[in-house]
Amino acid sequence: MEADPEQIKTAETPSPEKPAGVRLPQYRALRRYLILTTLTVSLAPLIIMATINYVQDTEKYKTESRFTVSRILSNTRRALRFAVTERRSALNLVGEENSYNDLASDANVAGALRSLKNSFGGFVDLGVIDSKGTQLYYDGPYDLKGRQYSDQEWYQQVLLHDVCVSKIFLGYRNVPHFIIAFKRARSASDFYVLRATLDLDMINRQVYSLELDPATDAFLIDDAGLLQTSSAFYGPPGQQVPDLYIAPHSRERELIDERILDDQPVTLGYAYITDSPFILVVIHRRETSLAYWLGHRSEMLWFLLISAALIVLVVTYGAIHVTNQLRQADLKRAKLFHNIEYTSKMATLGRLAASVAHEINNPLAIINEKAGLMKDMATFSDEFPNRDKALALVDSITASVERCSRVTHRLLGFGRRMDIRKEKIVIESLLKEVVGFQATEAAHRNVQIEFHVQDDVATIESDRGQLQQVFLNIVNNGISAVGDGGRIDISVEQPNSNEVTVTIADNGPGISDENLQHVFEPFFSTKGEAGTGLGLSITRDIVEKLGGVIGVSSSLGHGTRFTINLPIEKAD
Amino acid sequence: MSKWHALLIDDEEELVSTLVERLAYRGIEARYAVNGPQALELMENHPFDVVLLDLKLPGMSGSEVLAVIKQKWPGVPVIMITGHGGGEDAPMSELARAHDCLTKPVSIEILIAKMEEVLATR
Repeated sequence: MEADPEQIKTAETPSPEKPAGVRLPQYRALRRYLILTTLTVSLAPLIIMATINYVQDTEKYKTESRFTVSRILSNTRRALRFAVTERRSALNLVGEENSYNDLASDANVAGALRSLKNSFGGFVDLGVIDSKGTQLYYDGPYDLKGRQYSDQEWYQQVLLHDVCVSKIFLGYRNVPHFIIAFKRARSASDFYVLRATLDLDMINRQVYSLELDPATDAFLIDDAGLLQTSSAFYGPPGQQVPDLYIAPHSRERELIDERILDDQPVTLGYAYITDSPFILVVIHRRETSLAYWLGHRSEMLWFLLISAALIVLVVTYGAIHVTNQLRQADLKRAKLFHNIEYTSKMATLGRLAASVAHEINNPLAIINEKAGLMKDMATFSDEFPNRDKALALVDSITASVERCSRVTHRLLGFGRRMDIRKEKIVIESLLKEVVGFQATEAAHRNVQIEFHVQDDVATIESDRGQLQQVFLNIVNNGISAVGDGGRIDISVEQPNSNEVTVTIADNGPGISDENLQHVFEPFFSTKGEAGTGLGLSITRDIVEKLGGVIGVSSSLGHGTRFTINLPIEKAD
Repeated sequence: MSKWHALLIDDEEELVSTLVERLAYRGIEARYAVNGPQALELMENHPFDVVLLDLKLPGMSGSEVLAVIKQKWPGVPVIMITGHGGGEDAPMSELARAHDCLTKPVSIEILIAKMEEVLATR
């Protein structure tokens, strides 16, 4: 009995996730292993390649950015240094070649300025300033003659160092400019200062000689971080730029570094312009120039994510499919093995039963004949003491022999069970024979078995032994289920000309809906270790093999009903 | 005076001897043999009207005994008795050579009826 309702109450109820008593965790572990290993071998190269690609691309763009900054920095630095040095030398040459007296008139100064302008661009005006800081002679577009410069920073610098290239400042003219000045001896005890003004355009021409893309900026600052030229990122001259952490002055230093400025990754390059207060700064915003690449990167990322998702889906589906197939195959194989084992066991049992029956039949026949002889003696003899008593005893012996014969007859029938052969079967007789096997057990447990047989049910053509096994199994289940004082009703009817319906109903506790849907599945048992879970599975297989259909219905507390439809003549 | 003479061949002596006695009560003279050679020897020395032959005999089998009888005494009808419906049923070809066939257990009434039937058609 595989779904003994009596035991359902106490037996462990299988959860819907693990029907049929199959060891699902084993397959889950296999599925997990398959999914993990397949995902690892398929996703790992994808992710590694993507990471390598990302790192390489990032490095490539960094290198390119450094190269861009380095190129602008070195070209511009060289041009600026040359421009400043050249003009400084030119002005120095004016002082060298002319004595104070040669320059001591506005006309002479104008001549010198004209000469400078003809040779070099950028000179705006030229002046001679005495040691008190007053501009004595001047030529230029502004009215600066007689102006006092002794409090000017650049003037102090000239006094200190004999030469000065100033920062860019507005001065009296209120126009951004810078000056170059030399302190020259006027006499043994006096000096004068030769001063020239240079416009910013000259500087700007050097700084912006290269066409810069929107991601790049180049500008000059002084050591205080004030803009000396206009900057695309930080505004007009005079503006303070954020701290760029520029290292102290070095003649040859040209430094390039990766920084985060205004929350953006930038490549920063700077260099001091020799013999001037200027620091050339080049900034390259990598993300701005990488916009195209970054867009491409996000597409790549999406591609990677979608590919990974597809791989996960395919791998998971594949693993589930494979493990399910494997489980089905295992199930089928195990069922087959159990079936073979069961059939073999039944065949052995059948042979044993036949052998026992045969051995008992011979002495039974002798007893029967001896009793018959006694009866003949009592009947045919004229005088036989206690004749009536003797005849009654003989009849009793004969009746007992008859009972024994019925038992051996059934055993012999059981012995023939395993050979598959079709024969004409009166289903009612067969059912009564099966119930006969269970009669003692039923009587012992006071279980009432009732037959309800429709008149004129046709004989069917089927396998007697197999059918006995089917009904024996179901009746056995019923007797176990109903308990003491229960009742089993067996009905036989012929609903149409093609089939006969046998219904075996008990009034036991019934089977829950959850268990009911699994009762025919192999290895489903509510008996725990006691059941093989194969009884009803084999029963269904036999019924189907014989061309019939088996069904079950149950209601908790009211009982269970098995219905078996068998073809009257099985089509091969 | 016996109605007819019958020979019963069966290896179960207890059974067959009892049957002989029971037949005697019904006016049928019968002898028995428990194996093939013994049966053939009896037939050499006594005329029998009918033979009841168990198919399963030790040594010389029922089929072999049947073959000899059919050859030497073709006019004597043979009724074969087969086992208890078990697996050792005789092949149909064997049974066809006999006049008739009965399956154990056989009641004395049926046995006599069958003998009468066979002798009537002889």
